[in-house]
Amino acid sequence: MIEWMNWTPTVAIFFAVIACILLTMTVYEVVSPCTERKGFLPISTTRGDRLFIGLLSAAYIHLAFLAVSDITLWVALAVSVAWLLVLLRWG
Amino acid sequence: MNKVPNNRAWWLVLPVFILVAFSALIPLMTVVNYSVQDIFGPGNAYYVGTEWFREVLADERLRESLLRQFLFSGAVLAIQIPLGIGVALMMPKSGIKASLCLILLAIPLLIPWNVVGTIWQIFGRGDIGLFGWGLNALGLDYNYTGDTVDAWLTVLLMDVWHWTPLVALLCYSGLRAIPEAFYQAAEIDRASKWAVFRYIQLPRLKSVLVIAVLLRFMDSFMIYTEPFVLTGGGPGSSTTFLSQTLTTMAIGQFDIGRAAAFSLIYFLIVLLVSWVFFTAITHLDKEK
Repeated sequence: MIEWMNWTPTVAIFFAVIACILLTMTVYEVVSPCTERKGFLPISTTRGDRLFIGLLSAAYIHLAFLAVSDITLWVALAVSVAWLLVLLRWG
Repeated sequence: MNKVPNNRAWWLVLPVFILVAFSALIPLMTVVNYSVQDIFGPGNAYYVGTEWFREVLADERLRESLLRQFLFSGAVLAIQIPLGIGVALMMPKSGIKASLCLILLAIPLLIPWNVVGTIWQIFGRGDIGLFGWGLNALGLDYNYTGDTVDAWLTVLLMDVWHWTPLVALLCYSGLRAIPEAFYQAAEIDRASKWAVFRYIQLPRLKSVLVIAVLLRFMDSFMIYTEPFVLTGGGPGSSTTFLSQTLTTMAIGQFDIGRAAAFSLIYFLIVLLVSWVFFTAITHLDKEK
């Protein structure tokens, strides 16, 4: 499967993680449906909104790290995960 | 009566999901996959990690074309949205005149992109084009193939001519959907024309304006054919917008990895700006 179209393990892991997150959030939503609420973000959001904002900002955090520094991207990943969790809990 | 929720109807969405997977998700995943490799040919690819992203982000040419793209999209929105609303407000409400206006407005929308480019390329020429010839006859030194400002204005004018009708049509449909009672109430209150526009028409146009702004932003941000046919991105690279830079990279130089990395950044920008527009406009009232 991974040989097809030159898929690389990195990309496979990346999409597997995204798929897992989406799946987990779907199951979570079915088990305990969320209500729209307002946290520290200027708009009221649902859990899905916050996940979207978190993932999108994670992409930008990684790009920013690439653009301005030579630091390993694991740091960017750690920052992104921390930000995503903060966002999901208090956003 | 006890209602039992039955979610089995969701299975009916499956065909759409499969279709979207093949038309959008898998190609997108392919692009992500290409962006981390240096590809010389089938079976001859090397994993390079984030090297392409670093290179693309540091590329001066790309930064310039990104800036140009934002300027262009900003100008497009700043002109077309107010102009479209204005045109829609001035259109007759019903009867044969309204139908005539609608047909006239729809004509530019029916013309294929490359033909629009060709039309304006000829229209703007100083020797045989009416527009260019007319401006030159008035004593203006107009030459869209040699002068940066002229080239910009021509591309902008072409886009305004081509796409303002879309905004106008959307706004027109929005205006027609306002019940007559609102206007009657305004008349009783002796509301001025401006007050009617500000407090009745504009708020009621909000949902169509969201669509108009999003469509115009995304389309203008991805513009390719018209400037390519009209100016070829010149003079110099003054009207080379993002997608043309991308095409040169992907097809002209066959730099697939680099082009893929660039496309992803491009995609993220479109996604972010569209999301900001959408959220800003849809949440504006809710938060009050």
